[in-house]
Amino acid sequence: MNNPQLNKHGELQHLLTTEGLPAPILRGILDRAASFVNMAEGGEIKKVPLLQGKAVFNIFFENSTRTRTTFEIAAKRLSADVVNLNIGSSSTSKGETLLDTVDNLCAMHADMFVVRHAQSGAAHLIAQHVAPHVHVVNAGDGRHAHPTQALLDMFTIRHYKKEFHNLRVAIVGDVLHSRVARSQIHAMTTLGVPEVRVIAPKTLLPASVEKLGVQVYHDMEQGLRDVDVVMMLRLQNERMTGALLPSAQEYFKYYGLTQDKLALAKSDAIVMHPGPMNRGVEIDSSVADGSHSVILPQVTFGIAIRMAVMSMLAGAQ
Amino acid sequence: MNIHIRNGRLIDPKNKIDAVQDLFIASGRVVAVGSAPAKFVADKVIDATGLVVAPGLIDLAARLREPGYEYRATLESEMDAAVAGGITSLACPPDTDPPLDEPGLVEMLKHRAKTLNQAHVYPVGALTQSLKGAELTEMAELADAGCVAFSQADAPLTDTRVLLRAMQYAATFGFSVWLRPQDSFLARDGVAHDGEVATRLGLPAIPVCAETIALATMLQLAQETGVKLHVCRISSAEGVALVRAARQQGLPLTCDVSASHVHLSEMDIGFFDANCHLVPPLRSLRDRDALRAGLLDGTIDAICSDHSPVDEDAKQLPFAEAEAGTTGLELLLPLALKWAGQGALSAALAKVTLQPARILGLDAGHLSVGSAADVCVFDPEAYWKIEAAALKSQGKNTPFLGLELQGKVRYTLVDGQVTYQG
Repeated sequence: MNNPQLNKHGELQHLLTTEGLPAPILRGILDRAASFVNMAEGGEIKKVPLLQGKAVFNIFFENSTRTRTTFEIAAKRLSADVVNLNIGSSSTSKGETLLDTVDNLCAMHADMFVVRHAQSGAAHLIAQHVAPHVHVVNAGDGRHAHPTQALLDMFTIRHYKKEFHNLRVAIVGDVLHSRVARSQIHAMTTLGVPEVRVIAPKTLLPASVEKLGVQVYHDMEQGLRDVDVVMMLRLQNERMTGALLPSAQEYFKYYGLTQDKLALAKSDAIVMHPGPMNRGVEIDSSVADGSHSVILPQVTFGIAIRMAVMSMLAGAQ
Repeated sequence: MNIHIRNGRLIDPKNKIDAVQDLFIASGRVVAVGSAPAKFVADKVIDATGLVVAPGLIDLAARLREPGYEYRATLESEMDAAVAGGITSLACPPDTDPPLDEPGLVEMLKHRAKTLNQAHVYPVGALTQSLKGAELTEMAELADAGCVAFSQADAPLTDTRVLLRAMQYAATFGFSVWLRPQDSFLARDGVAHDGEVATRLGLPAIPVCAETIALATMLQLAQETGVKLHVCRISSAEGVALVRAARQQGLPLTCDVSASHVHLSEMDIGFFDANCHLVPPLRSLRDRDALRAGLLDGTIDAICSDHSPVDEDAKQLPFAEAEAGTTGLELLLPLALKWAGQGALSAALAKVTLQPARILGLDAGHLSVGSAADVCVFDPEAYWKIEAAALKSQGKNTPFLGLELQGKVRYTLVDGQVTYQG
């Protein structure tokens, strides 16, 4: 099976998922992001002309503020022309299919699509459909993948921990519905993290999750013991219905990250969250705002990662 | 018209024939096997040298999309596809729009099919009104109109009391009830097998227990009511085991599997191939192997196409939104042959001729002297490439697109008339 993300030169053609991407490509993205971070730290933020004359269409079939904004900022810093389309929750609400929408935007000479969609596989579908010079970045598809989030998480981990090969990482929460968790797991197993744990009640874990290369814990205190990195997942309010969980209170008691539970991790552990946070549901405010938290730096790094990805795609042959 | 099919390898699983023998047809019936009857003068001689001469195929599940879904397929296109696939009889599920729950609809379908003069069409009537799972249909009237069995197709029947009553009523008249086992609560919103692939791709999943729980329920009720139960589209190893155990206990039970499920697994979904969005979902390799073993030991009687032509727009969507189903009429023969292998043509053919005829209660699926001359003449070794242009069905959706399969139909005869020549 061909990897639909790479072109025949082995370069990144689309970014759809972290699964199946070779480690050198992942490291290449992180390295390039580092150069953008350094540039920003040099004082005033300058635009670079890497996407000059290119049209980037942010097409969001699902609402998002943070992700869309960081993609927009990243594209603008690369000097691209950015068009934002919020198409709402359903592609079919206006009777137009997803690919019809894409065809119309292609006719407006789009060079790159940044796509978020409620259905797993939507970004793959678009990538299979567009002309070879058009690139697709998956900004989240259903429960499947959110590769730029995972990459910025990897950047954050490397920033604070320097290496991947000596880490113990725990992902806590709703893995079943989480595209972030899936992308994080693939990225970490590729980059050589030797121990990835998932911690959740059985109702929030997908079947055979251990086949992704993770160790499964249902007890948060056991799962957090001696970890270097705690990656919290967002618990959406609608998970309180459908017999997945009895209540937010009980969830917080057993799976919410508190100072007490965090004390079981290594003393220099970092705490991450992809946002937006539900304080008092999956994470206590004192942890979210505490000294172990790197949640806000994650957001900053997110811009550099998205600049790195978009500039690499535009540079592919 | 008198037809002489000469020098073919005649395979007739019922009569245990597998030898080079000539077949003689007159007035729509088989009049002799081996040597010509006295005074037989052929109007047409078909040279079947190097070809297999077999009973016409019988498909237990072919959606013709009429009435209601003519934009997907029409009776004309799908009947063409059937004979091109060597199929001379087919049962069509009641999930049309409106569903086949009134005698008038059934009569109209039978009439339309008859005027096309191709494969025989056997409608399966709706078990409940509008397939809603609440009120019984007029089964006896529907049977008079031509229904051969009663089914919910893929519509849920959650109320076990209604299911019990439906089986009791059907048993009263000796009608067969065909059910696909799936618990609708456990399967809700699911589009893929609850395993490794759905986990990786983030697809809402259907666990195996959705099949086994529904199956256990219907087996219990079948035992209770004595109804003739036919289990449709079994998909899991555990399901096969339940059917095997029930048969060993003597329950008068039959079972089929779709040709796709005999060959494919969840792995074939790859990167969200919507052609692999099937109902029931493609399950694990272990399940697929159990289906193959179930066919071999007779737990599963028949292979059907589960033909569901879908228009291209309905497949060009993200996996979960894409319409489920595969085109299958023209793939049934090659997929059955592929299951058994070239060394076991007779075993393969039994699963698509004799056994489905038995399930339908038809005196068909064999080439005995005196029987209707429904015949499929095919080249068992010829490869052909599965591609849109090669398919007569209006549905071009199949997971096998691009593959080469062995087994090409050369002639199809229905009631002694050549309805297809390829």
